[in-house]
Amino acid sequence: MAIDQAVVMGASALGAGVAMFGCFGAGMGQGYATGKAVEAVARQPEARSAVTSTLIMGLAFAETTCLYGFVIAILLIFANPFTKDLVG
Amino acid sequence: MEIAGAKVLFEIPILGGIRITETTVVGWGVLVFLVVLVRFFTSRIEKIPKGKQVLAEMYVNFIYGQVESVAGKRALKIAPYVGTIFLVSITSSLSALVGVRPPTVDINTTAAWSLVTFGLIAATKIKAHGFFGHLKEYLNPLNIIDVLALPVSMALRHFSNILSGYILMELIGALLAFCSSKLFGVLGSYFPVLKIGIPAAFSVYFDLFGSFIQAFVFIMLTMVFVGMASEKDEEHKNI
Repeated sequence: MAIDQAVVMGASALGAGVAMFGCFGAGMGQGYATGKAVEAVARQPEARSAVTSTLIMGLAFAETTCLYGFVIAILLIFANPFTKDLVG
Repeated sequence: MEIAGAKVLFEIPILGGIRITETTVVGWGVLVFLVVLVRFFTSRIEKIPKGKQVLAEMYVNFIYGQVESVAGKRALKIAPYVGTIFLVSITSSLSALVGVRPPTVDINTTAAWSLVTFGLIAATKIKAHGFFGHLKEYLNPLNIIDVLALPVSMALRHFSNILSGYILMELIGALLAFCSSKLFGVLGSYFPVLKIGIPAAFSVYFDLFGSFIQAFVFIMLTMVFVGMASEKDEEHKNI
């Protein structure tokens, strides 16, 4: 394997790892939101269903930021746009 | 195991070749299924509903209620679109359960839906403010980015959520096949014993839950943005 190809592939793998750092923020946000929802249910148990549905919606939004990073990582690993230029 | 884009099944040789991929074919299957389903539920409609007609009316009432409470009375006209996109999204994502490649694992599908929503929002804005009144918004260049980012983020959100579930299920399947071939030798490699039943437990979260949530988030965003677009100027200042 040529050295430039090895460098591109290694750098792509590292980039995929770095892209998954987005999960850090998403996880923190989800934990915070869930904590607040638990507080709300503890204070007002009769509002449980409304709180739960709002929480699920919010979690879906928070998860999206993490999944943007995930898509980048998947692209870099399975559909790498950079290695194609090297092979030819 | 291999993770790649949708396979091109054949090509229609007009207009420089239209590619018919797995996504398109499964999408047709989903549409045919939905047409049959809707025909079944709405055949023999009576004044006093009973049986399957009650279910259909419950769904329609649910969608109209959602649109009215989220988007407001003025945007009630989009309810049929919202109901349709909800059903198509759920059925497409759940088609993973019968073993085909779901159409929503292709960004073209979700991008098409979000472009329709984008057009709907633009049309609603023009209707509420008039053509030149609606152009006033673009005097602030930041608003242009705001408007253009909306369809991109909607398409990517739906696509990436379903994609992550799909890839995880593929990985779990490959892992179980590997484990059964190691545990049971030749028998396991021809007949992956561990693949029976176990993936179903993971599928509950990755396929069922994700599909419902993403379909709901998609229609929710559609309703919220169309509702915002249908507001007249004087109401807008209050927010």
